[in-house]
Amino acid sequence: MRASVPALPPWARFAVRRAAAGVAVVWGTVTVTFFAIHLAPGDIVDGLIGPGASATPALRRQIAAEAGLDQPLLVQYGQELRQLASGDLGWSYQLGQPIGRLLSSQVWPTVQLAVAALTTALVLAVLAAVLTAGRGRAVRGAAALTELLAVSMPSFWLGIILLTVFSYNLHVLPAVGADGPAGLVLPTLSLALPLAGLLAQVIRHELETTDGKPFVLTARSRGLGERALLLRHTLRHALLPLTTLAGFILGGLFGGAVLVENIFTRPGLGRILASAVGSRDLPVVTALVVLSSTVFVIVNTLVDVVHPLIDPRLREEGVA
Amino acid sequence: MTSALIAPADPETAALTTGPLRARSPLLGTAAALLVLLAVVLAFPGLFTTHSPDATDVAAALRPPDGRHWLGTDQLGRDVYTRLVYGTRLSVLIAVGATLIGVGGGALLGLVSACGGRRVDFVLMRAVEVLLGFPELLLALLVVALLGGGTLNVAVALGIAGVPSYARLVRGQARLLLRSEYVEAARVLGVPGWRTVLRHVLPNVGGPLVVLGSIGLGSTIVSGAGLSVLGLGPVPPDADWGAMVADGKDFLQTAWWISVFPGLAVTVVVVTTTLIGRRLQVGAVR
Repeated sequence: MRASVPALPPWARFAVRRAAAGVAVVWGTVTVTFFAIHLAPGDIVDGLIGPGASATPALRRQIAAEAGLDQPLLVQYGQELRQLASGDLGWSYQLGQPIGRLLSSQVWPTVQLAVAALTTALVLAVLAAVLTAGRGRAVRGAAALTELLAVSMPSFWLGIILLTVFSYNLHVLPAVGADGPAGLVLPTLSLALPLAGLLAQVIRHELETTDGKPFVLTARSRGLGERALLLRHTLRHALLPLTTLAGFILGGLFGGAVLVENIFTRPGLGRILASAVGSRDLPVVTALVVLSSTVFVIVNTLVDVVHPLIDPRLREEGVA
Repeated sequence: MTSALIAPADPETAALTTGPLRARSPLLGTAAALLVLLAVVLAFPGLFTTHSPDATDVAAALRPPDGRHWLGTDQLGRDVYTRLVYGTRLSVLIAVGATLIGVGGGALLGLVSACGGRRVDFVLMRAVEVLLGFPELLLALLVVALLGGGTLNVAVALGIAGVPSYARLVRGQARLLLRSEYVEAARVLGVPGWRTVLRHVLPNVGGPLVVLGSIGLGSTIVSGAGLSVLGLGPVPPDADWGAMVADGKDFLQTAWWISVFPGLAVTVVVVTTTLIGRRLQVGAVR
């Protein structure tokens, strides 16, 4: 083991270390969730069958035994870890189906929405930032105000406004529960605009602080035109810090998706989560928490590993 | 000194400190005035309306805004404006309560982590890092799944969701302060450790905590409204703004005003608290 470590290039060693830390974080999430659920007041069987549902004492005992609730807590914890490690997310008693199948049938609409929203937000933010960076006070003030409004607008309210205007009054786009690309437009905008506001602030800030940097001066002195300078150097430089925001953006997208999917009655993980929380379907909530923390960890680890590779300035501290 | 303490560490906060925040901007004045108005509405809703928020009038259901019902009526004929005025209290109190819980829990956890030795610090901070990986709304949803919905549980859930970020701030600040000369002096003079923490460390953590809290208030209001939109908030007939949005969701086609105005209220309050919070932050950095 010891002998093989120095053979790896520094970035790979760093990647291995980060991956190990990531596994530890997921394990921590599982642990926190497990003990929160099992130590919270109330009978867990209630959380399994859901509020309003009643079960005979015999059935309750059967459910408890099936879920392993008659075992000591640490044994249950060990079983949960073993189960999750083998990719089994458990069983939803309320919905009467394996959670793995439930989530995999709902993951695609959410991914579609998130990817569409992220792309839209990036395009809007870059456009807004490029068009307003370094302009006069009036332009920048107006841009900053627009961004503040965009950031502050709750996505559910934006969704309601868009629905009212474009679906119910102008009748140009389908309303709730619509399939297909046209049905994706309004939910995407509801999710993308607040994010675009935030990203535009960051990108403009970067663009404006880049202006005095030596590499800009060098490029200018080589006779590079302003447009080429922007596209080839400044913008690339300004987009770099966004990678460190990846985890934050992802969280915002998923949190927003919970609300947007509910407003637009779209299928997806957010809908599942909201209804699972409402009916206190704890196995489904746990599975979604573990799933999202795994995704966060993977994205954050990738960012940490890739960031020094694409930003030479970080190589010294990041990898050593 | 203070500038080093709350200097923005990551691009999100760095982005927050840029923007047109001159000391006497008219925008900031408007925000301050709105905040005062909000406090008055919250304390004396009866001053602003003569209707009752729960009085139903089925004959006047789903009326558009007019002279009698300024913001229209909902599906039960309740006056949307009146419900909005009375809903202020729940919306703001949920967010303020949650922020207090978050700040209190965070301060406790952060101080224990900073003063409790390396092992305690390691365990607590790893736990905080795990929790920080989650967006506030998701963490709050987990707590609501455990406790059930309702006004109090939503405030508790949002509070718990806020604890990690406050804990990280307090722990960082406290560790700096514990190395400062006046804490050293207190130690040399034989002041007990717990007293040093209470008298010297905690008050100095307060400033940045207030700043972070006031910036966080806006997002907490949005998250609280979000939980209510999902039907997890106050139990009817009580309604905060989010619950009003949820009420009107099914009537958008015929009666947009039921949902749109409460959502507008959320947005206005968030913009207001964000402006004030950023101003406090800029002031603290200077």
